[in-house]
Amino acid sequence: MITIALIFSAITITPILAGLLSNRREKDAGPFISNHVLGLTLSLILVVVIILISLRFGSLQITWEAAWNAIFDYDPTNQSQIVVRELRLPRTILGLAAGSCLAVAGALTQGITRNPLGAPGILGVNAGAAFAIVTAIYAADIVTPEGYVWFAFFGAAGASILVYFIAQFGNGGATPVKLVLAGVVVTALLGGWTTSLLILDLETLDEARFWLAGSIASRGTDEIAVLFPIIIIGLLLGVALGKQINILSLGEDIAMALGQRISLIRVVAGIVIILLCGSAVAIAGPVAFVGLAIPHMVRSLVGPDYRWILIYSLFLGPCLLLGADVIGRLVVRPTELQVGIVTAAAGAPFLIYLVRFTKLSDV
Amino acid sequence: MQTNPNNTTTFSGQDLHLSYGGPMIVEGLTVTIPTQEITAIIGPNGCGKSTLLKALARILIPAQGKVEVNDINIHSQPTKEIARQLGLLPQNPRSPDAITVSDLIRRGRYPHQSIFRQWSSDDETSVDMALSLTGLTNFSERPIDELSGGQRQRVWIAMLLAQETPIMLLDEPTTHLDIAHQIEVLDLLKELAKRNNRTIVMVLHDLNLAVRYADNLVAMRDGKIKTAGKPNNVVTAQMIHEVFSIEAQILQDPVTGSPLCIPMMKST
Amino acid sequence: MHYLAITTPTLQRSLTVLAGIALTIFLIRLADHIQPRHHTFRWQNISSRIQLRVVWLSLGATIAIIVLSGIGLIVGDYPIPATKAIATALWERNGEYDFIINSLRFPRIVVAILAGMCFASSGLIFQSLINNPLVSPDIIGINSGAAVLAVAILAIGGNTEHLPWAAFLGALLTAGLIYLLSWRKGISPTRLVLVGIGINSVLGAIITYITIKYPIERVVAAARWQAGTLFGARWDDARTLAIGLLILLPAAFFLTNRLKILQLGDETAITVGSKIERDRLALLSVASLLAALAVSVVGPLGFVALIVPQAARLLVGSITGGVLIFTALLGGFFLLGADLIAQRLFAPVMLPAGVITATFGGPYFLYLLARYNRAN
Repeated sequence: MITIALIFSAITITPILAGLLSNRREKDAGPFISNHVLGLTLSLILVVVIILISLRFGSLQITWEAAWNAIFDYDPTNQSQIVVRELRLPRTILGLAAGSCLAVAGALTQGITRNPLGAPGILGVNAGAAFAIVTAIYAADIVTPEGYVWFAFFGAAGASILVYFIAQFGNGGATPVKLVLAGVVVTALLGGWTTSLLILDLETLDEARFWLAGSIASRGTDEIAVLFPIIIIGLLLGVALGKQINILSLGEDIAMALGQRISLIRVVAGIVIILLCGSAVAIAGPVAFVGLAIPHMVRSLVGPDYRWILIYSLFLGPCLLLGADVIGRLVVRPTELQVGIVTAAAGAPFLIYLVRFTKLSDV
Repeated sequence: MQTNPNNTTTFSGQDLHLSYGGPMIVEGLTVTIPTQEITAIIGPNGCGKSTLLKALARILIPAQGKVEVNDINIHSQPTKEIARQLGLLPQNPRSPDAITVSDLIRRGRYPHQSIFRQWSSDDETSVDMALSLTGLTNFSERPIDELSGGQRQRVWIAMLLAQETPIMLLDEPTTHLDIAHQIEVLDLLKELAKRNNRTIVMVLHDLNLAVRYADNLVAMRDGKIKTAGKPNNVVTAQMIHEVFSIEAQILQDPVTGSPLCIPMMKST
Repeated sequence: MHYLAITTPTLQRSLTVLAGIALTIFLIRLADHIQPRHHTFRWQNISSRIQLRVVWLSLGATIAIIVLSGIGLIVGDYPIPATKAIATALWERNGEYDFIINSLRFPRIVVAILAGMCFASSGLIFQSLINNPLVSPDIIGINSGAAVLAVAILAIGGNTEHLPWAAFLGALLTAGLIYLLSWRKGISPTRLVLVGIGINSVLGAIITYITIKYPIERVVAAARWQAGTLFGARWDDARTLAIGLLILLPAAFFLTNRLKILQLGDETAITVGSKIERDRLALLSVASLLAALAVSVVGPLGFVALIVPQAARLLVGSITGGVLIFTALLGGFFLLGADLIAQRLFAPVMLPAGVITATFGGPYFLYLLARYNRAN
């Protein structure tokens, strides 16, 4: 219990401290970049700490030494080291990837929809992936994690492309309101179909319910490795879009007056979001809340500048996801709680705390 | 608009201490608004003039002190009762999506309505008059989103008119308006004060328009009233310097004879 | 007889779907043809401004509901002649079809209408109050509150008699918790929504946990409930809904005046004499109660609350008392139609109504959106 408490407080307190420090300095009109150097350093330290914790803790008790050796001095006969190397290391990497994808995609979504409710889920990503996977299980009896990856990826991508396509109709292209409405409708539509498949067929429900909970345990690493180039390109592009999103968030008129090609930015951001979300869902299933909460948390720490929001999201997203995963391994030992359950349960109180006690800045 | 020959509604703020939860923006300010006249509050940005107006309109509850209408503290009276005495045009009012002009203006009649009295003939007359006074009769069924900035500002003024209060507060009513519409709005307010005996308090940025249209000026700086009184008496180069920290020459307005402030350029 | 039993499903399938589409088109045409006019009603101290267009459209929606109800009585797995079906429902109490009509079909129709009215009016109040078209009782967690307790009862195999009460209680407790957690020197709509999303995700996590912990046979019952279904609706349910609506809908009707003022933003609302926090609390309470009531009877059919107010707004404009009534009627029409199609489309397999509300409501809504975007 103590370890859990320690990990949880580390997850929650460090970003707040980092943010407070950077905010404090900013008010004193100190040099702008040095605050962020401090803040980003702290965030990076946090990521490293979480990675270490993720390697060290789990249902099997392992010493720090064994965890260290498993990475830097691998002994394939040592059972503890095998667990770290074969199970926890891949899991940690998947958590890092999924967490940063979700957080960056969430920040981008909020930026282009200019809606505080904007989250990757709202573009139909999770619903699309879930629909594709449930259909695959129902119709083709695909029950291996490897099989899920591409169905999830293309399901997610297909759904969000459909959302964009629908939002294009009418005046002004894919405006924020139309985008969000189209997303809600497509989500409800796919959700309805998914539900009906699940209700009609008991075996499908039995198989899919674990995937639908969202988890980074025992996923097919080799299949997912194929996604890594996509993830890296997506993350780089996403972070690079910060300046453009800043301008777009001033409103369409001003953005246009400043010479921005709005529809181009929307399309590029859309592609990046689809790549990132598709990858994240393929890795971890529908993990709610990271994409919604991290940008909000970050915004309340570093202010409305999307250049920094995106970079901090990149670091803090994995922290929430991995931290939640570790907690999920520990609370109900020897079994585990799925990470999707923990992110929602642990992230929400934090969001409520931020909403209540910090100044709420608009998107 | 109904004329109200006996508008004797008195209006004052006493010993007001105002803040938004942080530092005090206005401390110990006392002001009495002359009845049936136009009072313009002027001053540099951040001097507390909008804050004062918000307190007078009871949006901001004073940390200390009170605002009185007819010598009764406005926070001790039923809110609808006050809303029949006192109306406000906020600086950036928010209109709901897709609402039409007449729908918005009708909402200004809220303090005159009750569960059963939802749309009396008084309500109708007031809204019609408000529409015609602001020249919006032909736009009444148009969605507000489709109007120009100046038209939108007139819609909000019309809503305030429909509220039919003896006291009207306006926070920068001429923003978003071109010179012609500025004059039009101020002429309208002038007429309301003269013919219908309204008491009008407004925050204005344009000093010369304030001097020309106001019966009284209240000049603020750093949360305090620097000077107050008839424009002819108070507008001097020294006062301009004290309030705005600029050098200015005061001429006589060739049209109205009121003082005309010509700011100096730094380079001259 | 045997021949009929085989062919009727196809016939009924087309009949229900076509009737749904035809009536929808009828409503849209009606909306296009009637110009906005109003009538002022004054009698002594009582006065009101009546939007004639909304009255006509409400009448249209009522007719559509009646026609659909008639179809609902006639079609079904067990073929009943049309005149017999309607006669049995209305006056011939002891006919041979009494059980099928008056214990199965008729109560289900009435429950669908009433629940649809609850959801739609609740959604309209939430959306107008928060000024965000995405807000509905399910997005801010009220439906999840109901679902947590309901799913828990189904999963542990508890007494299903208590299910509606548990769901109602869960919804109300959640609404209260969201309100309390959002209060900080007053309620800011943005804060309310974000707190609601937070609560929603915690509740969602609990539901997911229950879903993977318990045996699949019970989980499937929980999944059915969550999809929203009118299967097994009884007259008791209809009575509960009717009593609730009789209290809440008039309350909501009279509160719309205050809602219209709150929409202008806090500053303007205060200066025209609104007690903003009191009015907001009253409106949130009524909207939450409406949602809780409907959820407790038919499960979380969230899409009705989200989409119907939007569609109504596109047809008749911003909120008034009349628009509220029209929205409620449209909700009743929509849920009734969705349930009939859900029963008949793949008969004898019966889909949950929630699946149909999404499948048909979604495209229909997008069609409306595209149409009105072009018009503007």
